Amino acid sequence: MRFDYHTRYRQGFALLKHPADWVNYGVLLAALLVVPLVASNYFVGELSYVLILCVASLGLMTLSGFTGQISLGHASFVAIGAYGHAWLLAHGVPFILALPLAALISAGAGLVVGIPAIRVSGLYLAMVTLAFSIVVEQVIGMWRGVTGGFMGMLVETPSIAGISLGSPKVFYYLCLLVVVLVLLALANLLRSGIGRAFTGVRDSEAAAYALGIEVKRMKVGAFGLSAGITGLAGALMAHHIGYLTPDAFTLLLSLDLVLMVVIGGMGSLRGAILGAVLISMLPNGVALLKDVLPQSMARQSGLEIFVAGAVLAFFVLFEPTGLNGRWMKIRALLENFPLYRRDTFRRQKAYMKSERNR
Amino acid sequence: MSPALELFAQLTVNGIAVGAIYALVAMGVVLIHKATEVLNFAHGDLLVLSAFSAWALIAGAGMPFWLVLPLVAAGLGVLAYGMDALIVRRIAGQPQFAGVMLTIALAFMLRGLVQMIFGTDSQSYDTPWTGGSVQLFGVTIADLSLVIMAVVFLIAALLWVFFRKTRLGIAMQAASQNQLAAHLNGVRVKRLNSLVWALAGVTAAIAGIFLAPLTLVDTALWLITLKALAAIVLGGFGSLPGAVLGGILIGLIEQYAGVYLPDGFKDIAAYLVLIVVLILKPNGLMGDAHGRRV
Amino acid sequence: MTGAVLELDQVALHFGGLAAISDLSISVKAGEVLAVIGPNGAGKTSMLNLVTRVFDASKGRIAFKGQDISRLPRARIAHLGIARTFQNIELFDAATVLDNLLLGRHRFGGGVWWRQVLRTPALTRLEEAHRAKAEEVIEFLDLSPWRNARVAGLPYGVRKVVELGRALCSEPEILFLDEPASGLNPEETRDLAFWIDDIRSDLGITVVMIEHDMSLVNAVADRVVCMAQGRVLAQGSAAEVQSHPDVIAAYLGT
Repeated sequence: MRFDYHTRYRQGFALLKHPADWVNYGVLLAALLVVPLVASNYFVGELSYVLILCVASLGLMTLSGFTGQISLGHASFVAIGAYGHAWLLAHGVPFILALPLAALISAGAGLVVGIPAIRVSGLYLAMVTLAFSIVVEQVIGMWRGVTGGFMGMLVETPSIAGISLGSPKVFYYLCLLVVVLVLLALANLLRSGIGRAFTGVRDSEAAAYALGIEVKRMKVGAFGLSAGITGLAGALMAHHIGYLTPDAFTLLLSLDLVLMVVIGGMGSLRGAILGAVLISMLPNGVALLKDVLPQSMARQSGLEIFVAGAVLAFFVLFEPTGLNGRWMKIRALLENFPLYRRDTFRRQKAYMKSERNR
Repeated sequence: MSPALELFAQLTVNGIAVGAIYALVAMGVVLIHKATEVLNFAHGDLLVLSAFSAWALIAGAGMPFWLVLPLVAAGLGVLAYGMDALIVRRIAGQPQFAGVMLTIALAFMLRGLVQMIFGTDSQSYDTPWTGGSVQLFGVTIADLSLVIMAVVFLIAALLWVFFRKTRLGIAMQAASQNQLAAHLNGVRVKRLNSLVWALAGVTAAIAGIFLAPLTLVDTALWLITLKALAAIVLGGFGSLPGAVLGGILIGLIEQYAGVYLPDGFKDIAAYLVLIVVLILKPNGLMGDAHGRRV
Repeated sequence: MTGAVLELDQVALHFGGLAAISDLSISVKAGEVLAVIGPNGAGKTSMLNLVTRVFDASKGRIAFKGQDISRLPRARIAHLGIARTFQNIELFDAATVLDNLLLGRHRFGGGVWWRQVLRTPALTRLEEAHRAKAEEVIEFLDLSPWRNARVAGLPYGVRKVVELGRALCSEPEILFLDEPASGLNPEETRDLAFWIDDIRSDLGITVVMIEHDMSLVNAVADRVVCMAQGRVLAQGSAAEVQSHPDVIAAYLGT
């Protein structure tokens, strides 16, 4: 069992509270740094993609997990980031500037979409974002001058200080750097005043107002922040795909992102990462499954989407706190082993909590 | 009639015909939402499943349309009942978001099943009215469109009578107002909710069977749920007449946008309407305002 | 009236044609404990919602230390030093007790955003200062066993206390309590009476409480206002108000 004996307040809100955490995360980071030295280019490329999805998932988690605003259209911000980045590169903006600028453009779009969030919430907001993402998809298709329309757009391969990003291994390290920076920035922000205000807005708007939190500004700001991070993922995604077409950023990508945060566990950065890893490994898992299944079932294309749905349903029904919640329970079980109670995490049941009048 | 007016009249008729389908889908979604506060994202995939089933029975097994319609409708009703009784019912009392997620999960599973059973190719089948059309004051109306309009308005009327006049319908209304109070008054709320799902499943089946011959039997048909959402929002969330009106309005707006607005607007008109309505009038055109008590 | 910290002057609140409050004038003196009583639907919570800007007053003036606050943005109210609790507890359920209390500190600022992102040493010191204040409140209300517990899992009585603590963390000048004793057992109610007394005398905070429990009102209130149908029916000491014929009539419904 682990006991906290704090003698100073700052120990209570340290990023890594225990010496063991330093070791665990250090080993993980070291392993991620070593991978490209031993793995094939293909594997490193796939791993880069997982890292990109981690960034996008962190972006959506900031919004849905911490301020409680549902977005079913986050693929549009990935698209805006990707196209913005590619357009800037094509117009001679150096990579090192284009990346943050693309994130800023996406954040700007996020602020605009966030404005309805002042008026509507819950299901209504989900619908607005859903509609917005379809509109964005169509606009990208129509706006041939900038986006190349449905024909698509080639993404230039830039180089930083003479090192080309075309190499999968260099690109991998870039993605890893972005993930680590985004994760640190979010972890810091969310354990500070703004992060607390986010959760305040999520859990009770009435109380948030009464404590002097500018609820509307927080909501719109969270949208901007979330869209900016997701746009950053989009900019990286542009390099991963290499050739942009509108059908890379459909509703299915939006739903995949939602899957990640829900399966990972709402309101936890670790959950966002776990969810992204699980969802991006799902196709590989299904491919393995197909080897086992009889031919007639294995050749069908619907299996993958069916499994994705089944996994989501499983988590909603049996583990609403997601992978992160399961992780916490297992850790609690190991730490308190003989003393663990089954009821520690039991939730209270409500008969019917109407949200109609929120 | 001048050509411009003739075009307008034709667009109006087409709009109402398409809008009638939207209205039917919207009614199915509203039924479930009113009863259980779950926004059913799987509704479109129920529709796809019914379209593919009808195709398999008509084009594959050679069964007559009149036999297929009740068969598929009944099948979908049973399936929807089961979906609620076995799965969706379990999340009662959890936040709304859980309902959204669960129905999206069900939608994925249904879509995967449809692809596994029927394949991913688009299909088509004929109805007794395919190919025929009538001329009315210079406006051409396909027979199938007329039948669809008649069917949708018949269903709307039946639902109206059902909720106003029958014991079961009134019990459903009561339960949607206050589940706990209805439960305490001896209404079996859980079973009732499943019955609402069944009812919605039947409307989805009818919508699917009639919509597919107009377009194609394809998994992309599920996207009609999103159009129906726009209709629901326009009609003020949670009212059946509103859903019908909203559906027809969306149908009309789309037709007009296709001709009178620049290229590309037709596809996004419904979604633009949804966004604008929610921002300007969050409670829809016919909705009533609610505040939250503190 | 001298020493009035908050003054409602002929305030009215209409919802459509329905008047929740009509012609209400109440003044709260600095440093007193004022109890607002009245039958259900008298407009007590509506009055509180007017002061905290949940609703817009249809007419009249609400002055806090001489400044008209009846048109201020809702989020500004806390910054003036007005805090409140809610009838049906409005806590941040998924957060810990400590985070709830720290949220009470919101009006004193959490530092510039980029300092928060970088977690600079200056920000760490600021967080420590907030934490120290929160610990004072934890001490004051005996909340230390629950410090790191999630609010969602706490017993009802404790949650009421956490909400009171959150309001105290914002170091208000005037504190509104909306039915603080509802749902508490007699023991918890007695603790609450001591705390309210201490809040007024030790912390120097003016307290306005809406309450049905007359034993609590008798124990701590300096002055009582009885409302009915959106108006002041009677005011004075607890004994005076309770023996006032209009008040008795309002409660008995004759």
